[in-house]
Parts: sequence; C-alpha cells; structure tokens
Amino acid sequence: MMQLAMPAEPLLNVDNLVVEYGLGNKTVHAVSGVSLQVARGETLGLVGESGCGKSTLGRAVLQLRRAKSGRVLFDGEDLTAMEGEALRKMRRRVQLIFQDPIASLNPRRRIGDIVAEPLIIAGVKDAAERKRRVHEVLSAVGLDPDIVAGRLPHEFSGGQCQRICIARSLVLNPEFIVCDEPVSALDVSIRAQILNLLEEMKTRFGLTLLFIAHDLAVVKAVSDRVAVMYLGRLCEVGPSEQLFAKPAHPYTDLLLQAIPVPDPDVRPVESVATGEPPSPIAPPSGCRFRTRCPRADQRCSAEIPELREVAPGQFAACHHPLA
Amino acid sequence: MSAPLLTIEDVAVELPTPRGNLRAVDHVDLSLEAGRTLGIVGESGCGKTMLSRAVLQLLPKKAKLTGRVMFDGQDLVRLDSERLRSLRGRDLAVVFQDPMTSLNPVLTIGTQLMETIQEHLELDAPAARKRSIELLAAVGIPAPEQRLTQYPHQCSGGMRQRIAIAIALSCEPKLLIADEPTTALDVTIQAQILDLLAREQRRRHMAMIIITHDLGVVAGRADEVAVMYAGRVVERAPTQELFKRMHMPYTEALLAAIPKLDTAPHTPLPAISGRPPDPTRPLKGCSFAPRCRYAAGRCHEAKPELKGAEMPDHLYACFHPIQMTEGIGA
Repeated sequence: MMQLAMPAEPLLNVDNLVVEYGLGNKTVHAVSGVSLQVARGETLGLVGESGCGKSTLGRAVLQLRRAKSGRVLFDGEDLTAMEGEALRKMRRRVQLIFQDPIASLNPRRRIGDIVAEPLIIAGVKDAAERKRRVHEVLSAVGLDPDIVAGRLPHEFSGGQCQRICIARSLVLNPEFIVCDEPVSALDVSIRAQILNLLEEMKTRFGLTLLFIAHDLAVVKAVSDRVAVMYLGRLCEVGPSEQLFAKPAHPYTDLLLQAIPVPDPDVRPVESVATGEPPSPIAPPSGCRFRTRCPRADQRCSAEIPELREVAPGQFAACHHPLA
Repeated sequence: MSAPLLTIEDVAVELPTPRGNLRAVDHVDLSLEAGRTLGIVGESGCGKTMLSRAVLQLLPKKAKLTGRVMFDGQDLVRLDSERLRSLRGRDLAVVFQDPMTSLNPVLTIGTQLMETIQEHLELDAPAARKRSIELLAAVGIPAPEQRLTQYPHQCSGGMRQRIAIAIALSCEPKLLIADEPTTALDVTIQAQILDLLAREQRRRHMAMIIITHDLGVVAGRADEVAVMYAGRVVERAPTQELFKRMHMPYTEALLAAIPKLDTAPHTPLPAISGRPPDPTRPLKGCSFAPRCRYAAGRCHEAKPELKGAEMPDHLYACFHPIQMTEGIGA
C-alpha cells in the first residue's frame, strides 16, 4: 500500500490491516486492507456510515479485535505481535472512549473507584497517589471530585457520564486515545460541551486522537486530517479543510451533500444519494462504492482503486476522482 | 387561509414519578393546516414526543392530560376508544424513530400492510395486496412483490423505515406524525427518507409534523417550526423567518452549538453551559434562565408568555428577545 507523506515518524502506523468476522459459514469483510498514519499530537477523524468498519478498525488498533493480517505500529512497536504482559503494558499508553457513556460505567461502583480502576490494574499501589490522580483528572474534566467521587453513575446525566469516561481514560496519562462516536448519544447542547472538553484535554495532556464518528461536521470540528471509510476500505484521506472544500472521492461528495444544513435558504438536493451500502459479506468487486457511484464504469468493477495523491496531502482511492 | 386540520389547545401532560409529578408538556398551543409541515424541535426530555403522543392519544396509562386536541372537527381527548382506533391508522398516521420496534418481527411485511389496509378500507384480499404492492413501489422499494413475503429482519434499517412509511400512508392519512423518523438511520439514507416524506406529503396534500432534535432536518423541509424547551413551546415562526431572525436565546444557542461544515477545525463551539432543569422541579421563572446569557432578575421570577410582537406569526417566550431590529441585538 501507498505510504502517506508524513513529516516525522507517526505515533500510530496502521499498515494494510485486514479484519474479518466469521458469521456462520460466511465471512464479514469488516476492514479490508486499510493503511493510515497518525502523527504525534494530531487528531485524525475517521468517518463513515454504520457497518463501514470504522469501529472495528478502532478496536483493531487497540488489539481488542485481532487482525487477520497487517500491522499496527505504535511508537515503532508492532502491537499485532504483542501478547500478555507486553500488550497490557502498552495499553496504558492507548485508551478508548465509547459511544454510550452510561453503559460504559459499572452502575454499582462509585465514580471514584471507577476512575481509579485503571491505576489499580496498572499496579499503582499507593492509595494516596491514586486518590491524587483521580482528583486531578476529575477536576480536569470539569467535575468537583469531592462531590462526585462518592456517587453512583445513575446520579449523572449522559453528558456528565461522558466526562467521567474521559477522566477514566486520562488517569494513566495515555499518549493516544481512540474516541469511538463519543458524542453521538448526547444532545446538541451537551455535545458542544464534550467536544470542547476533548479539545482542551488534547492540548493540556498532549494527546493524539483517533476520532471516529459518522457526523462529518462533528469530525471536522476536531480533526486535523480526515479519513473517509466505505465498506471496509478507505476512500479518501486529507487535511480537513481541503477535504471538505474539495472532496475528490464521489462518496465523500455524497456524504457532504446528504447532510441536512440548518439553513432554510439551502434547499435540500433531491436524492443525491441513491441505494444503500451493499453487504460486507459479499462486497462488490473492484471499487466497493461503484454500485452507488454516478461515475462508475467497467474499470471500477474490474480494478481496485489504490489511494493516490490528488492534491498535496490529499489521497483518494478512485479511478475517476472529482476535479 | 383554510381552517386548521389540527389544533392543540392548552395541552398539558403530567406523569407521576417516585420523585413527584413530572410535567412533560406544559400548556402548549399549536395548529396545523392541511398540506403543511410543522417541525417540532427540541432536545431529549423537552416533551416533543409526549406532545405527539397526546395528539395520538397514546400516552402512558398513568399520564394526566388536560386541554383539547381538535382534529378534523372532533376533540380527540374526549373521543371514545372505538372511534379513536378507527381514526388512528386511517386519518391519523405515525412513523416512529425505530423501524425495527414499530414493525412486528414475526409477521411478513405483506401481512402487516394488508392488515392495516383491510382494517380501515373496504377492500378484499386481492385488492389489498395490489394496493400493498403499489405502496411499496411508491416508497421506493425495489421488487415490491417479493418483499411482501419477507420479514422485517430481512430488510435494512432504511428499507424498514420505508415500509413503516408505506403502512402509515396506506389509508391516505390527513395527518402524518413523523417522530424522529431518521435519527436511527445513516446520513445518506436519512436524506432519502426525508425526500420521500416530503414528496408523499406534497402528492397527498397531507399535513405533517416532523419531530426532531436536529434543526438541520427541519430547516429545508418544514413550513413552520416550533422550538420546545422543558415542556413548553419557547419559539414558533415560519421556518424562513425563524432562521433569519430568532428571538429566543435558546433557539440561537441551540443553532450555534451545532458544529458547522464551514467552520475551521479546532474552533471552540459556543456550547450551552449547564443542562435542562429537572422536570419534576419546575422553576418559578423562565426554564432556560439558568443557562441563558441574557437572563436578568425578572427571568428568574416570572415565566415569560409565548407571544408575538413585530410579526404576528412569530411567537417567542422571552423577556429579553434578541434580534428584534435588523442587525441590533437586544
């Protein structure tokens, strides 16, 4: 696969990753040869519709789902080759935030214990030190540790639970966080608070983020670069502003046009999107988007398009990219 | 201007909870004419779904409803259950958020469509079947005849929502209530379903209520928008007027908090601080006052009424409305 131009050694380097699930006697081709890099201090947004494999990719990065082939290099070390203690050690440096903040907190445990748990697993024996860390991260996410530490998750709203989840993900001082749809379950007014908080935490703790979401506007708000995924493959990768201003892949264009704009003067374009994504059990040959693509021709069904640089830093996997 | 098809008059809904009575809908007035689309926008817990349930008379058993819901000349609140049943599904149809739970998983699509058609219209089985096929074709389902024998789990989420819409449209309703019809769907499918609803609404000259948390969904598709907060309608205006000059600080804040595609990355979002009030502990003043940057003494003491000033059809409930004169904030 093509190497994307990158100034320094990327913190995360996903190389030709393939993840498949068994489903009866069939195979779900969830991730089919994805390569991407995330530089230290960068936020890479990963967008796509449900079932496109974006969450599977996020989990495969953390080795919560083992890849069939390909490599995941984190700070130069291959996570796919690691097991047991080595992997556990590495996981302190990489954390995950989930979509449903309420479901990701144990309802019977107190907030202080929930946030301290990663420290216990990591072997921090000093209780005073653990307490200090818990206080630090709870304050950082805008909660009063003295008030919240003794409470149970049901006493908090969805937005506050997501703050707690973020605090828990920060407690081990990680370098890299995979955020899997962290604001999709939240209301509009709360969503903005959490997005701002993530940005603030990123700067304060010097984090690198892989930000997975289906909402392009949300992704753009926080990402330096954006990768668009469709049915297990990357369609397009590029700097956020550039990709949104001049999408090269027809699928990126379609996604952008389908977003309802909160402005009545922008009339919705009738039926830009036709059809539905095919099943990842039997993905189309060649370009996987060709069955819905207005530009598709015979070449698209015969030949898998590789990611090619269409503009500086912008790569598209398309035989007929938009000018 | 014709007489409204639906008039909601002073409707309030209270639900008993262990923490005390929860006022889900707090004295709402709305009206809608045939052939028009009303968007009801609000965040979760604002009462928008309870309001639609009040119209459909599908409230939880323990809920206490006051006020009147006039639909096509009759008050639905006082209608007996027999009459209601014949209205619902025929003149009054609904599409829910989750198409999986609104379809019966153990009945074929054909059975579910034909059941509704035969319940309300005088059609024999072959005629009902023919009509089912026409309806599935109308909502954009390929090979409709084959679909009739399939079960909901054999269809994708978008297909299921199309089927739910076909069932809702099957008896030519006068009013269609779509409660977050696209929230469970992907963005490209969402656009298709919203197009479909708009097309059928025009073709059938139905009245439609779209309930959503997304101002973007109503912006291009509703004639009029009502914004709800903490059980009340806090602003209501023709869509163009509302987006051009919103008077209620909550509406403004809600729109500002949405990430926009034309904003540069890493621009901090103007978030609304805090969260909505506890609905079992109503505030004395304006419900939005604790989160409002314009709030002053009076806002915490008294509830502002929903009323119009400069424009008779632009109503707002605020003591310190914004954008009252072009270009000048209040």
